[in-house]
This record gives sequence, C-alpha cells and structure tokens, in this order.
Amino acid sequence: MKLARVVGTVVSTIKAPDFDGRTLLLCDLLDPSGAPSGGYTIAVDSVGAGAGETVLLLDEGTSARQVLSAPGAPIRTVVVGIVDAVTGEEAG
Amino acid sequence: MQLARVIGTVVATVKTPGLEGVKLLVIQPLDRHLAPVGGQVVAADAIHMAGPGELVYFVAAREAAEAMPNRFVPVDHAIVGIVDAVTPLAGGEASAAAEPPPAAAQPASRSGPPRKARQATRP
Repeated sequence: MKLARVVGTVVSTIKAPDFDGRTLLLCDLLDPSGAPSGGYTIAVDSVGAGAGETVLLLDEGTSARQVLSAPGAPIRTVVVGIVDAVTGEEAG
Repeated sequence: MQLARVIGTVVATVKTPGLEGVKLLVIQPLDRHLAPVGGQVVAADAIHMAGPGELVYFVAAREAAEAMPNRFVPVDHAIVGIVDAVTPLAGGEASAAAEPPPAAAQPASRSGPPRKARQATRP
C-alpha cells in the first residue's frame, strides 16, 4: 500500500458503468516523511476521505474489487484509510 | 488510474482474435497539471466515446481488461472515463491554474459533429 495526499477530485459524466456513484480522488503520492514523491494517481474512495488528508492507497486490483464489493470492475487503486500518523526512522 | 490526452487512433486489420471490435486509441499520459509525462501508449477505449483531443482517465495492467465487454482480452491499458473537470479541493495542494473548466463551460471550442452527437447521449 502507499501513502498519498488527497489534492482534488475528478469529475466525469461519461465513464465505465462500474464507476457510477463512486468518487474519484486525485492523490499525490508521498514518501514516508510526508513529502510528495512526484507521482500521482486517481483512486476510488471507500472511506470518505477529504481534501488535504493523508490517506492509505491500495494499489492492487483483486483486493480493490473486494474492498468495493465490485467484482469485475476495472478498478485497481482504492483509498482504504485515512492516516493519523506515520512514525519510524524515516518518517518526519 | 491516470489522466491522459487522446492524440490519435490505431487501425489494425490483422490482430489476435480477442481484439476484434476493440477500438484502439493513442494516448499521452499526463501529470496532474495536465503536462505530458512519459511515453505514448495505445489504449483500448472501454467507453466507446473517447476521441482525439479529449481528456480521459485510463486504467493499466490486468484491470484494463476488466473494463472490456469480454474480460479475457489481451488489453493492458483501457480508457474508462472522459474527464469533465479536475477539481482541486480546498485544503489540498492541487494547482487550480492548469485545471480545465468543465466541458460544458466551453462548448464553442469543443463543438464538432462527433462531440455533439455524443453529448446528445448524456443523461
């Protein structure tokens, strides 16, 4: 799983049916210290994450579909948690 | 998933049987400020509505095939939605400057026969 920060949403009318009713969050990937590591991804929300929050991203399709109870959906990345704190040698 | 701009189409007469009827588009992946990043790739159009010039999002890897009607096709990138707007959230760090307005706000610059035909299908 990866750490990321929610920085925006993606609004889409024309989309695969599996995305109906789901929120797409634009997330900057973070390193363990909380600094942006350069990349980003669009993830499906499953926890009600909001702007600026540090979140936990699940980036594996089979698990993602299980979390969302959406078998057969073309979804690989899901926000599965809101991070309160990261501690450790590398974490700031 | 990532953002991308559709920049072309691919026509292939001879292809593996699973790819028959699959619409192939050339896309340029973008960073979240909509600047090109990385190489162009050929993606299947899972929504059958994307066209050149459009801002889309795509899914890669095994999940791409899940977006197709036949889930056991040899597809590794699939367009799964057309972007209306990328909205920075207050409190986030998204740069609003590079984000496009909703498609509906700019009909003059994006109107064309294919676009109009497709908009008619919107709910």
